[in-house]
Amino acid sequence: MIRETPLDRILMRTAGWLLAALWIVPLTYALWSAFHPAAFEARFELTAPLTLENFVTAWGKAPFARYFLNTILLVTMVLTVQLVLCTLAAFAFARLEFPGKSVLFGLVLVQLLIMPDILLVENYRTMFRLGLVDTILAIGLPYFASGFAIFLLRQTFRTIPKELDEAARVEGCSLLGLLWRVYVPLGKPAMLAFGLVSVSHHWNNFLWPLVITNSVETRPLTVGLSIFATTDSGIEWAVINAATLMTSAPLLLGFLLFQRQFVQSFMRAGIK
Amino acid sequence: MTLRSALFASIALVTFAAPAQAVELEFYFPVAVGGKPAETVQALTDAYLAANPDVKINAIYTGSYADTTTKAITAARGGNAPQLVISLSTDMYKFIDEELVESFDRFLSDAEKAEWIGGFYPSFMLNSQYEGQTWGIPFQRSTPVLYWNKAAFAEAGLDPEKGPATWAEMVEMGKALTKKDANGNVTQWGVHIPSSGFPSWLWSGIVAGNGGKLQNDKGTEVYFNSPEAIAALEALVALSQTDGVQAPGILDWGGTPKAFFEGQAAMIWTTTGNLTNVRANAPFEFGVGMLPGLKQPGAPTGGGNFYLMKGSSDEELKAAVDFVKWATAPEQAADWTIATGYVAPRADIWETEKMKAYTADFPQALVARDQLDHAVAELSTFEGPRVTQLLNSALEAAITLQKSPKEALDAAQAEADAILAAYR
Amino acid sequence: MPRRHWIHAWLLLLPAFVFLIAFTHYPAVQTLIDSFWSTPRGRRPSVFVGAENYTRMMADPVFAKAMWNSAIYAALTIPTSIVLSLAMALFVQARFRGVSLMRMAFFTPTVLPLIAVANIWLFFYAPGFGLIDQIRMFFGFGSANYVGQPATALYAVAAVTVWKEAGFFMIFYLAALQTIPTSLREAAAIEGCSRLTFFRRVTLPLIMPTTLFVSVNATINAFRLVDHVFVMTRGGPDNASMLLLYYIFENGFRYWDTAYAAALTMVLVAILTLVGIGQFFAADRRVHYR
Repeated sequence: MIRETPLDRILMRTAGWLLAALWIVPLTYALWSAFHPAAFEARFELTAPLTLENFVTAWGKAPFARYFLNTILLVTMVLTVQLVLCTLAAFAFARLEFPGKSVLFGLVLVQLLIMPDILLVENYRTMFRLGLVDTILAIGLPYFASGFAIFLLRQTFRTIPKELDEAARVEGCSLLGLLWRVYVPLGKPAMLAFGLVSVSHHWNNFLWPLVITNSVETRPLTVGLSIFATTDSGIEWAVINAATLMTSAPLLLGFLLFQRQFVQSFMRAGIK
Repeated sequence: MTLRSALFASIALVTFAAPAQAVELEFYFPVAVGGKPAETVQALTDAYLAANPDVKINAIYTGSYADTTTKAITAARGGNAPQLVISLSTDMYKFIDEELVESFDRFLSDAEKAEWIGGFYPSFMLNSQYEGQTWGIPFQRSTPVLYWNKAAFAEAGLDPEKGPATWAEMVEMGKALTKKDANGNVTQWGVHIPSSGFPSWLWSGIVAGNGGKLQNDKGTEVYFNSPEAIAALEALVALSQTDGVQAPGILDWGGTPKAFFEGQAAMIWTTTGNLTNVRANAPFEFGVGMLPGLKQPGAPTGGGNFYLMKGSSDEELKAAVDFVKWATAPEQAADWTIATGYVAPRADIWETEKMKAYTADFPQALVARDQLDHAVAELSTFEGPRVTQLLNSALEAAITLQKSPKEALDAAQAEADAILAAYR
Repeated sequence: MPRRHWIHAWLLLLPAFVFLIAFTHYPAVQTLIDSFWSTPRGRRPSVFVGAENYTRMMADPVFAKAMWNSAIYAALTIPTSIVLSLAMALFVQARFRGVSLMRMAFFTPTVLPLIAVANIWLFFYAPGFGLIDQIRMFFGFGSANYVGQPATALYAVAAVTVWKEAGFFMIFYLAALQTIPTSLREAAAIEGCSRLTFFRRVTLPLIMPTTLFVSVNATINAFRLVDHVFVMTRGGPDNASMLLLYYIFENGFRYWDTAYAAALTMVLVAILTLVGIGQFFAADRRVHYR
């Protein structure tokens, strides 16, 4: 085993902490400005009074409770559908032989590159024809079939030994039974990894929800947040940052609690 | 009987025959200033609903102006247009060109036109009328003014009660107000004229103050490289380059009030929409004055108008017009002005008891009204956003010394001519 | 038997493809078609114009600027993000007190919405009262206007992108590093291999697939992450931070020139297809997922 020399360790830790300190500055600033009166947005004095006023203001400026609910509904719906659809597709790509396979897989990869975000106008027209403008469903629809999820799960499924397939087949397992009993359990880490990526993406997605939603009942948190980001009169950092912290807190806490599982799921997912 | 009056007659018939049927309206509005405009709009529509049970208004907050325009056009293209939208007054030509809006005239009698439309300040109507018809009703309108820090004035030995009346005075005072530390670094600048994103708005005020004008009233010609315009840009660039009273480079719009509060800049130019914000947050006494001009007072107007979107029945549009009339009536408009700091767009609003009490307590609010006599239309042409963006890029190029003012404006003029040729 | 397999496979793919086609392929093809037509204006319906939108693009200085900027932006953010994310993974792979805090510090940008954090960065960059300027002033330097000068605006925006994505990529590297067998380390130790040599000869080649995967994502981000441009610079000053996707948005949703925006979108699609698919096939060849 190659040993870490004490010098190595000191260098690595110092560099690590320096970089970490640099990386955390925006969050630190968000905390500072959110918990102090607006007059201290740009003044870092230890004696500055603490206040929760900014949170009260932010909470009062928009129905954040409803936005939270909308966002939670959205990410749950998107993730559930993504997992079902993409598991089925990935299984077909990983284990079955059929004509047109590589062309179809190419079509999946296309979506990795051409994100629905680019195709706003056309997608809005489609939603209108479907009568879905201003629904939470419409925010999620373009993302239901995720090229990333299909790619990721296909890679994972391909690492599963074929012997397991045959063993299951011998026991008279149907194709779907095989998928459910062998592949889904073994693909769980990849699904968890993808789930976290998907949740954090849709929790923070802005442009498409902005275009497609019209009302408090459908708007997600980010669109609600944009009420503060308006710069025609001047930026109110204290309130913006209070709102940012409120809306990101669940994700931050989630990561803090589950970070080990998160990393390990990526490790087992075979993204390497 | 003409077709139109026949149509109206039948509408009237339908309306009277079925009074129980509620008209349902959709109304998009942006929020561009601090304070609580969203709540105020909601309160306004609620009050209207209470008084008019046969109408249902769904007021939808749609983000910034740009987002609101985007949403309105996207919705209209999808065949799902709201009846009403508050959008930038400068969007008028674009909306007409895209055939997205209806003129208000069709729903107004001659008496109403004279009384109601005629009651708005003429400088606000410049961006609201085209070919003799009214396409926009001024509502959340603003104009830029100069704010000065009285404490800094006193410290620099200037009269704290008197702001600059002319450009030359502003430069002179700015020199007295610019402070440096031991290293020669500036700790307080004299002036801060923000130039990020849309520098053309404030700059058009400098042009107006220099006796110039930037466009014809049909929206088909621009005069970016007139001698007055070039001189106005030279004066702006000189503030940092030769006068040394303003920080170099593009100055951010959103950070401008903060720069003022933090004492980074002793005088700032920004919208009257910031009055409420500055009043609440400035840790010192401040004064408000008209924009100091090179030759004369001059300022643009800005902000949003009510637009009537195509794509709904005449009955719905008529109901929408009635709501707009009610919202711009003195009592309602006074509440709106006091809550947001926007400039009340009609003289009769300023006559209400509420407004008198408000301005007695806060006389700075009157500056905006008085400046309206010198105000010009905000730059607005066909293909407006593209033409304005050309100008913005040219101004940014000059301010950051990439090009000389003349070079930059000549190039912008040539490009704008190429675009506007199609509309002449 | 095989024919039944085909049908099964197609049935499994059907639900995903309904959505893929409806919301990616169909609108993409429609955009391609639109790019050969003129923008319909209220009074003038859309007409077929052939390649006019494309010839106009060739003569458009802002498009040229946006392409150049996007190239610089990509050249800056892709390698920097990769190197930093690998460094972060190396820093936090060991177990020590506070490692989870360090890991969280690197990861926070991923969970904070870019549209909101852009305002925080605007404060850091603000001349005079901004954080960076306060530090500069403390050390006796003059004020600097990072987002307000054409020379620095693009770099200021690129820094935010790197900050935003590096921690996310770190996770992939972290996972990859943990799959390196300890037996390799032991063997290297017996041969008296230094840590640096081990890193260069063993670690780097073994995590090559991750590097490719991360670089694909960094490339996509280099063209996709523009939320902060909306807040920080709007492509200015004088188009100094104009990026291709932002220019598409401006043309499509500010100027309502949807035909020109469609043509620009096709350019973006072409670039992404070339770069991305190239990398994918490289990845697939090198890695041989079995």
